Amino acid sequence: MFYREAGDFKVSYADDSQTFPIKFDRYRYYVVLAVAFGLIPFLINDYWANAILLPFLIYSIAAIGLNILVGYCGQVSLGTGGFMAVGAYACYKLMTAFPEVSMFIHVILAGGITAIVCVLFGLPSLRIKGFYLAVATLAAQFFLVWLFNRVPWFYNYSASGQINAPERDTFGIIITGPNAPAWATYLFCLIFLAVCALIARNLTRGTVGRTWMAIRDMDIAAEIIGVNPLKAKLTAFAVSGFFIGISGALFFAVYLGAVEVGEAFGIQKSFLVLFMVILGGLGSIFGSFAGAAFLVLLPVILKVVGVDLLNWPTDIVAHFQLVIVGALIIVFLIAEPHGMAQLWRVAKEKLRLWPFPH
Amino acid sequence: MKKTLTTLALGAAMAAGPAMADLVFPDLSYRTGPYAAGGIPFSDGYNDYFTLLNERDGGIGGVKAKVVECETGYNTEKGVECYESTKGQGALIYQPLSTGITYQLIPKVTADNIPLHTMGYGRTSAANGEVFSHVFNYPANYWNGASGVVNYLLEANGGDISGKKISLVYHNSAYGKEPIRTLEELSKKHGFELVALPVDHPGQEQKSQWLQIRRDRPDYVVMWGWGVMNQVAIQEAANIRFPMENFIGVWWSGAEHDVMPAGDKADGYKAVTFHNVGRDFPVFDDIQKYVVDAGKAAGAGDQVGNVLYNRGMYAAMLAAEAAKTAQEIHGTAEITPAMMRDGMEALVIDEAKMEALGMPNFGPSFNVSCENHGGPGLVGVTQWDAESKTWSLISDFKPSDTEVIGKLIEEDSAAYASENNIEPGCK
Repeated sequence: MFYREAGDFKVSYADDSQTFPIKFDRYRYYVVLAVAFGLIPFLINDYWANAILLPFLIYSIAAIGLNILVGYCGQVSLGTGGFMAVGAYACYKLMTAFPEVSMFIHVILAGGITAIVCVLFGLPSLRIKGFYLAVATLAAQFFLVWLFNRVPWFYNYSASGQINAPERDTFGIIITGPNAPAWATYLFCLIFLAVCALIARNLTRGTVGRTWMAIRDMDIAAEIIGVNPLKAKLTAFAVSGFFIGISGALFFAVYLGAVEVGEAFGIQKSFLVLFMVILGGLGSIFGSFAGAAFLVLLPVILKVVGVDLLNWPTDIVAHFQLVIVGALIIVFLIAEPHGMAQLWRVAKEKLRLWPFPH
Repeated sequence: MKKTLTTLALGAAMAAGPAMADLVFPDLSYRTGPYAAGGIPFSDGYNDYFTLLNERDGGIGGVKAKVVECETGYNTEKGVECYESTKGQGALIYQPLSTGITYQLIPKVTADNIPLHTMGYGRTSAANGEVFSHVFNYPANYWNGASGVVNYLLEANGGDISGKKISLVYHNSAYGKEPIRTLEELSKKHGFELVALPVDHPGQEQKSQWLQIRRDRPDYVVMWGWGVMNQVAIQEAANIRFPMENFIGVWWSGAEHDVMPAGDKADGYKAVTFHNVGRDFPVFDDIQKYVVDAGKAAGAGDQVGNVLYNRGMYAAMLAAEAAKTAQEIHGTAEITPAMMRDGMEALVIDEAKMEALGMPNFGPSFNVSCENHGGPGLVGVTQWDAESKTWSLISDFKPSDTEVIGKLIEEDSAAYASENNIEPGCK
């Protein structure tokens, strides 16, 4: 009824190829943006920012980054944790070396450094595929964590080997450190997420994204029709690394404030982001959001329901969470291999036909 | 949602009549994951002591104590979530039992004006209260522990350990790296050779480290481990037939569950400690009577008297005493976190007080001051007897090398102060 193309006349090619061709979708998108930018900053408090929204925003960026690599280009990566660590340590080194520079620049530079590292570790992808590539990226994960533990220069020779985010600002507003207001940290991450999602969405709709998908679907066929695999794979690694680096930098500087590489960026982080991508939906930007929201919110909701409302012992709830997440992953893999994004797609398809389904 | 519910509940309570607010003590515990073996007894002890105060004395200064438990799984992200969700409930003091979470919370609690007590863990240089206004680590810290180990070895060797070889097996994290600096200084001072062997989280994989120890044949092995790492290390030491009496753990590597899996082979393993062991104290009779027998024990209730249970109880006792001190200073029973901080800074623990609490000779006597948040740093040594399955104190609480440690604390806290633009001083 309200969700359909009919009556929405496109009069130019630009209109015809816009991101959201359906009017309802378009307005929904504007409303989400308006609420996220215009409303939430006024209502947010420390709990909502640090326990729910910041992790959601930051993991969304990481999931979009990994989705470009795994979902769009078909290159399996288990090195996400290590690449996030590169972003975090790059950001830390920049923050401490150039305290007067704006945080925006630090985070973007951290993303750039991660992109370079990611491309380096992506080079083997030209020779190996599938599981073998997963093992190669796994090596990256362990090597990077080992490196940041081993070389004191990365953590400025501190006694504990931890890195701590000093207080830094942008345009005079404190972004990192304990005195940063909740709305500022939230908006800072939100701006990065919004821009990253916009870039990712448009890249995947354009030539670059199409070459990625061609490589994913069948690399030999893609090569025959003129796709350069070197360029396609390495751009995917670079863009993916850039996003993951940004998320790592934000994760350390804005969200946690102090990080220990083995604990925060270990192999379990790689798996967590991979689960987000798989549960959310491979090859879908919306899926990255859905997966991140799901895995960030689920433990919090279970805790609120189990501990605060039902007064169950905390350990039982924590164990239940493992059981539920594990069960959900299996259920999704069997019932809906394309993830939550597919559910959303099906729902939209149904909406288009409603109220007169075939 | 949760906030609104709490507000509603609060509103209802206010409307119903003048209800006294509880004194809230959050317990950032971990009963799951690879570190649960240590987290469970500590949390049980912490909970049970407050239950005892509520049941026996009707709370602290007439106000009931309320322990809000939050599962962190020894994970820093969950630790942050727990901190944010409990601080709004009027949390008086945080004791996260994790060095990683401590590092996270140090700047946060200082900004939020809530005290943080990291007893025997956390950032060692927090002992300098002029820089770390809201962080306390009395009665002892890691560097006291490291120095305590070396002092014990000196004593065992007639005051000379030059030329000896000591291997440090440590958890490769902020926690495990903490003692290295002190041990390096001490190795220079006393002329022993130090070999550091990191073990990665969670610590089940230690074959290569122990192979190296077997090859190196060190005179002593010192361990800075936690969780499942301890059990594996002690088993591995038994496998290579390393003499257990030359194997010394820090206080986080010396509890029943660490040595039990290795059975008889763990006999003679040693660990340093900053409080007494066993359940031969009057306070345990009260816990048995008011808490365990009344069916109010936390967890499974089977940990009473264990090393880490005692430590959790000791932590709760110090928190409760600080709350009492704060009530006296400010003349009100319902204290705020800021008052709690004052109470901690003015805390006086003497033997008469310990006696009255049913814990004679359980821990050291000390006075906390603004300059010294670290306490006296007295370190004792315990040894495991596999036959009777008990830990016993084999060396009494002795002072550590304050000359070396004091200088290191000064250096490290000055570095923190300059990094964070803190003007050291007492307000």
